Amino acid sequence: MSLRILVGVKRVIDYAVKIRVKPDKSGVITEGVKHSMNPFDEIAIEEAVRMKEKKIAKEIVAFSCGPAQCQETLRTALAMGADRGIHVEVAGPQFDTLQPLHISKMLAQLAKDEQIDLIIVGKQAIDDDCNQTAQMTAALLDWPQATSASKIEAKDGSLQVVREIDGGLETIKVKLPTVVSADLRLNEPRYATLPNIMKAKKKPIKKLTPKDLGVDVSPRIEVVTVEEPPVRLAGAKVENVDMMVEKLKALGHA
Amino acid sequence: MDQIVDFNPEDFDVTVQPGVTRKGLNHFLKDHGLWFPVDPGADASLCGMTATSASGTNAVRYGTMRENVLNTEIVLADGRIFCTAGNGRRSKKSSAGFNLTNLFVGSEGSLGFITKTTLKIYGIPEMMVSAVCAFPTVKAAVDVCVQVLQSNIPIARIELMDDVAMEMCNNHNKLDYEVAPTLFLEFHGTEESVKSQAKFAAEIADYNGGSQFRWAYETEERNRLWKARHDIYWTVLQSNPGCRAIVTDVCVPITCLPDLIAQTKSDIQQSGIIGPCLGHVGDGNFHTFLVFNPNKPEEFKKAENLASRMANRALDLNGTCTGEHGIGIGKMAYLEKEMGPLGIEIMKSIKRTLDPHWLMNPGKIFSSA
Repeated sequence: MSLRILVGVKRVIDYAVKIRVKPDKSGVITEGVKHSMNPFDEIAIEEAVRMKEKKIAKEIVAFSCGPAQCQETLRTALAMGADRGIHVEVAGPQFDTLQPLHISKMLAQLAKDEQIDLIIVGKQAIDDDCNQTAQMTAALLDWPQATSASKIEAKDGSLQVVREIDGGLETIKVKLPTVVSADLRLNEPRYATLPNIMKAKKKPIKKLTPKDLGVDVSPRIEVVTVEEPPVRLAGAKVENVDMMVEKLKALGHA
Repeated sequence: MDQIVDFNPEDFDVTVQPGVTRKGLNHFLKDHGLWFPVDPGADASLCGMTATSASGTNAVRYGTMRENVLNTEIVLADGRIFCTAGNGRRSKKSSAGFNLTNLFVGSEGSLGFITKTTLKIYGIPEMMVSAVCAFPTVKAAVDVCVQVLQSNIPIARIELMDDVAMEMCNNHNKLDYEVAPTLFLEFHGTEESVKSQAKFAAEIADYNGGSQFRWAYETEERNRLWKARHDIYWTVLQSNPGCRAIVTDVCVPITCLPDLIAQTKSDIQQSGIIGPCLGHVGDGNFHTFLVFNPNKPEEFKKAENLASRMANRALDLNGTCTGEHGIGIGKMAYLEKEMGPLGIEIMKSIKRTLDPHWLMNPGKIFSSA
């Protein structure tokens, strides 16, 4: 097998950061806040790199859509082992209303333009938690999909994928070309090392616009308001079990 | 006070406040290809690690906090604030006056409060590979450690777990390692370097009766292996429900280690106490977890006596009564034996100079008398 893999990587607010809502409730504060690659996308890149190390893949293309800073995210992907990057630049208000459907359309077009055999994305982004991009991309391409993957094995021109589902684990076989979304237990990603970061500076990043891919990124939604979750109410202590039962009854729970 | 206040990737230094933990810092550094390798296991505060001169499994290659703190900001007992290497200074070396930074590293909060620490950081190794190797005896395992170091192999981690520890480790983590004295090793470097280090180490192990190496290449496999090692304290308690354990910590020159461990194990066996032996053999440092039932005071007494004999043995072998865990209250008597009365008097005079009212962490390290 000699696959060309396209991996979608999203630049999101770093998972360790405490999120703050803007005072005007129009969104969350992103200015000056640490951003990094969506953790599920790190897992996706790691899986692609492992496939290249096993000689199942021959080339890894990393893709990111967003403002200029997405180049940093792409450089991280390149330092982890991707061969080249594609940056579709979308900034400002249009970026704030980007939806999985827009990204799926871009991925689908890139898959055709770049002769991609396998698309791997993280199962969801930690900012919107949508879990839609892989599925929509597969539908647009009329490709099979294997989502929430926790194990991928390449076997005779197809992939055997173990999926994490509510009931446990499901093993399916998908023919290539296919779309896979990476779940948490698929692997633990490597760190980018200094020499690889240096080498990554020389790897090419192609810049495109949404128009180049025939995708209209005008907003399909309008964000009405963003609010913090309600503050947790204080609890109460009771003296003994009898009082607890009384309290529960009074609250209508017993 | 949980901020990373200064970061200089190309100078390989970073300055943090007390609220920044080891894992928090490494998460911040990873995208730059850098890390802070001192790894005591827990996700400790870096200023706390400075105060206790923390060590860990990586010390054999990267050193302890002593070797990796460039500067600290200190609040003294009288409220004055100063920087031990000078304000904002972060050169890798200096001959300017007394080495006050290292005076505060490991002082257990008794000389001043650490509000910033400037740390040396390192490039993440290109390749990290771990391996597990079982031996017929503890002596064979420790001999291999001595020989690996003598061969100048820049081993990153070399940890011993005796058969008692391995059995508990297998049961608790559902692993299937051989129940025998075992070395957990890790190699860091470029791909070629790691391969040649590992090959040489495997030959040494084989020569000493070691088993085939069991390798862990992928990140998640290595993490599982080291988690099993790091969780050993909890494993010991879980394996002995209702019990507590005295954790011991001694450190001697490496050549003295085989005898020290052999005598200790024999002492433990004779006492009837359960006491797995394990630790950082690469530094000549090992720990035991002496299990006792809190409802049986005679078990506690036995464990205490074992610990005491171990500390004295280490001191008799030109070692120290504590490699990592500090003096605190429990080892004050041994510090006197280790340093001698003049050493203690000099420490007290420094303490009196910096904290004349004995406000900072009183009752630790030495008495106020």
